[in-house]
Amino acid sequence: MYKPSKKEAQDMLQQMMEIRQFEDKIMDLLSKNIAEGGSHLYAGMEAIAVGVISSLNHDDYITSTHRGHGHAIAKDGDLNALMAEILGKKTGVCKGKGGSLHLADLNKGNLGANGIVGGGLGIATGAALALKMQKSSRIVVCFFGDGALNNGITHECMNMASLWKLPVIFLCENNLYAMSVCINRACSVKDLRKRADAYDMPSEIVDGMDVIAVKEAAIRWIDYVRKGNGPCFVVCNAYRYYGHSRSDPRVYRTKEEEKSYRDRDPIINFAQRCIKEGWLTEKEVREIEATVAKAIEEATDFAIKSPLPEPEELYTDLYV
Amino acid sequence: MREITYRQALNEALDEEMARDEKVFLMGEDIAIYGGAYGVTSGLLNKYGEERVRDTPISEAAIVGAGLGSALLGYRPVVEIMYIDFIGLCMDQLNNQVAKIRYMFGGKCTVPLTIRTEGGAGRTLGAHHSQSLEAWLMHIPGIKVVMPATPADAKGLLKSSIRDNNPVVFIEHKMLYNTKGFVPENEYLVPIGVADIKRTGNDVTVLTYSRMLLFSLKAAEILEKDGISVEVVDLRTLLPLDKTTIKNSVMKTNRVVIVEEDTKTAGAGAEIGMTVVEECFDYLDAPVKRVAGADVPMPKAPNLESLAIPSVETIVQGIMEVMK
Repeated sequence: MYKPSKKEAQDMLQQMMEIRQFEDKIMDLLSKNIAEGGSHLYAGMEAIAVGVISSLNHDDYITSTHRGHGHAIAKDGDLNALMAEILGKKTGVCKGKGGSLHLADLNKGNLGANGIVGGGLGIATGAALALKMQKSSRIVVCFFGDGALNNGITHECMNMASLWKLPVIFLCENNLYAMSVCINRACSVKDLRKRADAYDMPSEIVDGMDVIAVKEAAIRWIDYVRKGNGPCFVVCNAYRYYGHSRSDPRVYRTKEEEKSYRDRDPIINFAQRCIKEGWLTEKEVREIEATVAKAIEEATDFAIKSPLPEPEELYTDLYV
Repeated sequence: MREITYRQALNEALDEEMARDEKVFLMGEDIAIYGGAYGVTSGLLNKYGEERVRDTPISEAAIVGAGLGSALLGYRPVVEIMYIDFIGLCMDQLNNQVAKIRYMFGGKCTVPLTIRTEGGAGRTLGAHHSQSLEAWLMHIPGIKVVMPATPADAKGLLKSSIRDNNPVVFIEHKMLYNTKGFVPENEYLVPIGVADIKRTGNDVTVLTYSRMLLFSLKAAEILEKDGISVEVVDLRTLLPLDKTTIKNSVMKTNRVVIVEEDTKTAGAGAEIGMTVVEECFDYLDAPVKRVAGADVPMPKAPNLESLAIPSVETIVQGIMEVMK
């Protein structure tokens, strides 16, 4: 069983708290109309991004989704630049031209969030092909949601990656709902591992609310893929606390269901476990929480105070 | 100078660029063992091996998507979409990912991806293998659209496309593969975004590209006998359009006919014509005329197929109309 060192426990808890507080802050900014447009929030799913990405090397790659803030933060993201990007500011990680749906930082191995469901699978497959041709030991983790399981390109890419034994983990974040449609009303198979069977890929279903469970699985599968065995398919079951997006009244799910997942909150549970196992003291947990709160306030302040891009920026960065 | 076919010219371009830069690799349906549906990649598998000349499953979205992913990591993929008719299958990848990623990421990446495809009527292949869909592509900021008509331009433009750090859609024409033309023996490039005056004239400008260049040149020869001097501009690149060459020609002749094989409504000619109106309205002595494809799916019957696209005769008529 995986046991984190003190530093690892600290880092994981801190990142999960960063993601949660970042998302809560964005909800707050949206409700005050300080943030405009939409945002798909990752709160509730922090254990997946943190469990997986903390198991990667810094020079490994990820592709992300429309619900991508968590991945961007976990992949060495700069909170200031990410928050500024979501507000469309010049200081944003994409100079204010991408926004919430397009957070990316190639230098940090984040090949980008995506506004199209399933939009990252082609990029991930191509990046994995490039790594294989380079004979690199680096790998790609391709995050996507349960909704993307029913996209054509998902099948094309899983087939191609398995056929060519590419170093990519297809990581499905199953939060049960593709916008409003529950997976049992959208997916023809109940056991999602059958999807991997179709492409002769090994697979596993993991409790995505438990960061230690995610981490254990991630370490195993990253090692498997890094050794050149080809791709695999990992499903992490979790829940998004907020709606699909800002305007979602969540009529398709019950308050009881929401509560049942909040009762298993990945951050509260992990914090309690850290204390119980002696990985961290209660005081240390509180200190981490306070540090994160300060960092999020600073990022928000930075983003709000940052200027919008210059008008001349409209036509830059289109062609080389 | 030697004469070679359009197909051979394209093959030479791929061969030379693969020899020059090991980051160039090819990927697509039936391009390796089969050598490409129209034979353009013939012989390259033996020379460069399966790693660099890669047969793919019939997965157009994954082909373009994987091309993009590998380009982001520093490769120069040349992917083939066998018929432009299949581009709908990868249009999300092209329009939403390939074309926009650099801009969306604030210029922090480059996409040196070439998408080779071919289009056009002439082989009575019917509605799913004969279309001219360049206008769809011209509507996508972030990519370039190249449509060469001659073997020399095909070679020089394909080499430029592969070396370009922007995504380029390179559209060949199925009826041009066997056409021959003079192609220099030594290394050369043809710049993207620069039109070429294939025939000089004083009375009327024909703006055209791809196979319609050949028809337009024949029409110009016929009209010469009637004393009409036709200037034929081969646009070669549709995105970006070479507005300077267009403007200079129109300022000289004061009359414009656009000859395009694609369907007329909201076709490439609509953009080209409106560019003429915006850039040189004061120099026009007659309304801008389009000789274009019929607004129908391409029919199978050979007589109907011929009627669905411009012919030398309809081009001659179109030019006569603006000369009235």
